Amino acid sequence: MQTNAVLQLVLYLAVLLALAWPLGAHIQKVFSDETPRYMRWLAPLERLFYRLAGVKADEEAGWKGYAIGLILFNLIGVVAVYALQRLQGVLPFNPQGLGAVSPDSSFNTAISFVTNTNWQGYGGETTMSYLTQMLVLTVQNFLSAATGIAVAIALIRGFARKSSATIGNVWVDITRATLYVLLPLSIVFAVALSGQGVIQNFKPYQDVHTVEATTFQQPKLDAQGNALKDAKGNPVLEDVTTTTQTLAQGPVASQEAIKMIGTNGGGFFNANSAHPYENPTPLANFLQMIAIFLVPASLCFVFGRMVGDRRQGWAVLAAMTLIFVLAYGALVSAEIAGNPALQQAGAGSALNMEGKETRFGVVASSLFATITTAASCGAVNTMHDSLTPLGGMVPTLLMQLGEVVFGGVGSGLYGMLVFAILAVFIAGLMVGRTPEYLGKKIESFEMKMTAVAILVTPILVLAGTAIAVLATAGKAGIANPGAHGFSEILYALSSAANNNGSAFAGLSANTQFYNVLLGVAMWFGRFWMIVPILAIAGSLAAKKRLNANAGTLPTHGPLFVLLLIGSVLLVGALNYIPALALGPIVEHLQMAVVHH
Amino acid sequence: MKNHLRPALVLFGALTLLTGVLYPALVTGIAQAAFPQAANGSLIERDGKAVGSSLIGQNFSSPRYFWGRPSATGPMPYNGANSSGSNQGPTNPALADAVKARVAALKAADPANTAAVPVDLITASASGLDPHISPEAAAYQLKRVAVARKLQIERVQALIDAHTEGRQWGLLGEPRVNVLALNMALDAER
Repeated sequence: MQTNAVLQLVLYLAVLLALAWPLGAHIQKVFSDETPRYMRWLAPLERLFYRLAGVKADEEAGWKGYAIGLILFNLIGVVAVYALQRLQGVLPFNPQGLGAVSPDSSFNTAISFVTNTNWQGYGGETTMSYLTQMLVLTVQNFLSAATGIAVAIALIRGFARKSSATIGNVWVDITRATLYVLLPLSIVFAVALSGQGVIQNFKPYQDVHTVEATTFQQPKLDAQGNALKDAKGNPVLEDVTTTTQTLAQGPVASQEAIKMIGTNGGGFFNANSAHPYENPTPLANFLQMIAIFLVPASLCFVFGRMVGDRRQGWAVLAAMTLIFVLAYGALVSAEIAGNPALQQAGAGSALNMEGKETRFGVVASSLFATITTAASCGAVNTMHDSLTPLGGMVPTLLMQLGEVVFGGVGSGLYGMLVFAILAVFIAGLMVGRTPEYLGKKIESFEMKMTAVAILVTPILVLAGTAIAVLATAGKAGIANPGAHGFSEILYALSSAANNNGSAFAGLSANTQFYNVLLGVAMWFGRFWMIVPILAIAGSLAAKKRLNANAGTLPTHGPLFVLLLIGSVLLVGALNYIPALALGPIVEHLQMAVVHH
Repeated sequence: MKNHLRPALVLFGALTLLTGVLYPALVTGIAQAAFPQAANGSLIERDGKAVGSSLIGQNFSSPRYFWGRPSATGPMPYNGANSSGSNQGPTNPALADAVKARVAALKAADPANTAAVPVDLITASASGLDPHISPEAAAYQLKRVAVARKLQIERVQALIDAHTEGRQWGLLGEPRVNVLALNMALDAER
C-alpha cells in the first residue's frame, strides 16, 4: 500500500505539470490582452458585454478603483445568492418543491459561495432547488474564482510594471477570466465527468423498487404530526418497512466541473465528492483532483512569464509542491496506520475505512484530502471528521497555513507572494539591506499591508474558536466527545476564515450562531486579504524596477525556496501549535495510550 | 462608486446568464445526447421496472444476500435522497460500539465463520451510498450466501469474480465488487 501511495503521488504530479504548463501559457496570453487565436470566435461576445456594461476595455484603474469595483461586484453576488434562496419556493426548476432556505442559512451560504469558501451548513439534495444550484451557486463558483484570478493578475502586474499608476481594468479581468479560462475548461471537464457517470438532468428524484425490503425505526408521530414521547420523555419509535429507494437527481456535472476547477468545493449533494453521482469512478476522482490544482499551478507559470523570468514561477511552485508532498506523506501514513479501536472491535485490520468509499480506498482518499485542503477547494471524497487524529490534523494545518500551498484559484498565488515578500524582508533584516523582490523595493507600506494580510486569518480563526468554545450555542454543535469536539470547532473556523469550506461535518453548524460566526469569518478572511494585496499591487506598480546587483538575494534558487517554505511554516507554527495541541495532538496521544 | 454601478450590475447579469443558464443547458444537451444512461443516473431495470442504480448501493440484511458497507444515512440506511457519513471521530466510543455491533451481526448470521472481518464491511462509508465492497469482504460472505441459497460455492465464487472490478486502467482506485449487481445475479440463478 505504501508503494501505491508513492505511485499515485508521482502520477498525479506528472499529469498536473503536463497540463498546467500549457494552461499557464494560455492564461498569460489572455491577460496580455492578446486573445489566443483559437478563442477569437468568442471576442464578439466579450465586446458585446463591454458595450452593454459601458466598459471601456483600455481604461485602467489604480488599486483603489480596482478594489471598489471588485467589492461592489461581489456584494451584488451576496444579494443575489441570498435572495434566490429565500425565493426558491415560488420559482421554477424545483421538482421536489423545496421551500425557502432560512434567513441565517441563506446569509451564510451567500457569503460562503461569494468568498470562494463554499462552506455548506445545509445538505444540498434536501435544501436547494435546481434553479438555486445553477443560477446562483454555479454562477458564484465561476465569479468567485474569476475574482481570485483577477486579484492575482493585478498583483503580478504590480511586480511586472514600472512607474505605473494603474493595475488593470477589473471588469476586463473578471470577464476574460470567466470567458477564456474557466468556462472552456468547465465545459470539457463537465462532459468528461458525465461520461464517467456524473448525472446531468432536470428530472424529479427517481423512486426505485429495491431488491430487498429495508426495515428501520423512525419516531412515531401523532395525528398532528408531532413526535410522540413515552413516560420518560424519550421519543417513541416505530418499525417501518420500505421497498422504495429515492435517488436524488439534478444538473450535477455542470456544477461539479466548476466546483473543482474554481477550487470552490460546494457539493451538489450533502456527501459532496464522496457521493457516487458526483464522483462515480476512480478516474473521475483522479480528474477531480487534477482539476483542483490545475489553475493554481498554472498561475505560478503565468507569474514567471509575466514578470519576465520563468524561474521565479518555478521557485514558487517548488515551495508549494514540497510542503504538499510532506503533508500528503503525513496524512496517508496516519490513515494506513489507522485506528487501533477498529481492530480491537474485531476488524481484520486497523486501516481507517470509516468515512471512506471502497472505490477510492485509503490512498486516493488521503491524496484527495490533502489536495482539497492545500488548495482552498474544500470538496471532500472522505469524511474528514472520521480521519485519524494526525490524519485530520494535516488538513487543519494546511488550511491554517493560509491556503498558500497551491491554494485557491488566484488566492493561492497572491497569498504565497505575500509570504515571498515576508521572506525577502526577513532575509533583508538578516543582512541589513533594504529588501527587494523582483527589482521592487519592499518598504514600510508594503510590509504593513503584508502584516495585515498575514495576520487577519489567524486572528479570525483563534478568536472565533475561543468565542465558540466559550458560548453555549457553540458547544451545542459538537458531535464527538473529548478533544475531538474541540478539533471540530477549530476546523470549522480554520476552514471558514481561510475560505476552504470543508468540514469536520459532525459539527451541527446550521444554527444561527454558527451561520453568523462563520459567515463573518469567511467575509473578512477573504476581503481583508484582498484589499491589502491590491494596495501592495498599486504601490509596487508605481515603483521603479531596479536591476539586480551582487547584493541582491536571488529569488529563483533553492535558498529562496527554503526561505519561503520556512516563512510559511514558521508563521503557521507560531500561530497554531498551541491550538493544535489541544485538539488532534491530545486525541492522538489518547488513542495511543488506550490501545497499548 | 457611481461609475462602477452600471458595469457591476450589467456584467453580473450577463455572466449569470452565461454561466448559470447557457452553460448548464449546453452541458445537459451534450450529456443527454452522448451519455443518456449515465446522465440519467445509471438506472438498472428488472422486468421493466427501475430497481436501482449501478452507482448507488442498497441495504441488504438477509443472509441470502451479500451485505454492503454500513450506511449512516437517515432515517433509513442507503437513503438516496439524503447522503451522509457517520462523522464519528476515531476515539468516539460510539464508533467502537457500532463496529462491535456490526461484527456481532455478521457472526450471528454465520457462526461458523472464524475469519477476521474485513474492515470495510464494518465501517460506515463516506456517502452512505457506497455501491461496493472489497473483494475480501465478498470472500468473507461467500460461504454464508452459498449455504443460505443452497448453491455450490464455486458457482457463487464465479459470480463474485464476474462482478469484481480491478483498479481502473490497472492504476486508479481500489479493486471492488458491486453489491447490488452481484445480488441481482444471485437472484437470477433460479
